[in-house]
Amino acid sequence: MKHLLTVFSAGVLFAVGLGVSGMTNANKVIGFLNLAGDWDPSLAFVMVGAIGVHLLLFKFILRRESPIFGSHFQIPTDGKLDKRLVIGSLMFGVGWATGGFCPGPGMVSSVGLGSEALVFSVSMLGGMVLFQWLGGSPEPTATTAPVQ
Amino acid sequence: MLESIVMAILGGTLIGLAASIILAASGRIAGISGIVGGLLTKKPTDVAWRSSFIGGLFAGGFLLVLMTPASIQAPEGRSMVMIVAAGLLVGFGTRLGNGCTSGHGICGLSRLSFRSLVATMTFMGAGFATATAIGMFS
Repeated sequence: MKHLLTVFSAGVLFAVGLGVSGMTNANKVIGFLNLAGDWDPSLAFVMVGAIGVHLLLFKFILRRESPIFGSHFQIPTDGKLDKRLVIGSLMFGVGWATGGFCPGPGMVSSVGLGSEALVFSVSMLGGMVLFQWLGGSPEPTATTAPVQ
Repeated sequence: MLESIVMAILGGTLIGLAASIILAASGRIAGISGIVGGLLTKKPTDVAWRSSFIGGLFAGGFLLVLMTPASIQAPEGRSMVMIVAAGLLVGFGTRLGNGCTSGHGICGLSRLSFRSLVATMTFMGAGFATATAIGMFS
């Protein structure tokens, strides 16, 4: 229970961070990605803040033998590049710029009940289901035992 | 512009902290597309864990709506057909490419993953090209 509450709180913090940073403002996202016209580069600094913090804490956290509520860390192995990584990322980038939402902001924004965010989120889930139907499988991570 | 940059760094810091909490608590990568997508497989795994995180995202969205409603804004100049296409591409693409802005962009780059660097450069490049093209032709 403590574990799930911690994870829930991290979700809240993540969503608030997306909102504060400007990522849930689809027009700001589009203004960042559109290099012609009135380019607004400020969203690049979301990455600076997030990676700055996570890069520092990442090494520190991994000094532990195991996570606080689990038996081991589940970090993906840095395997070889493949076509699916590049094609999937291309599709994602085109979709992101077309709608102004990536997965987190799309779902967080849908709480505001705006029709665009809701339609985006449902379509995104549809795209994920379609991937499963077509036989797609997630790539295995280094270790896959469930966390407690 | 300066205020935008300060808010972006502040918000990014919160996101980085949230990802660090997930790593420290559960030993996992805070990749949103992976967490959501894992509920949509034939045999979903860690349903309670995934649902807790997603529930937190929605609760956080609710806080934003209450406290700073202007932070959530719908895209202008995008038809519903474009929005549906965008959702399908993002959903399918992030599953095929195994990650999105959070999983590859933030977590992957933070752990210096080469795959995530390539993924991030690819979706950023595609994003810049697409938004710029749409901006020029509309």
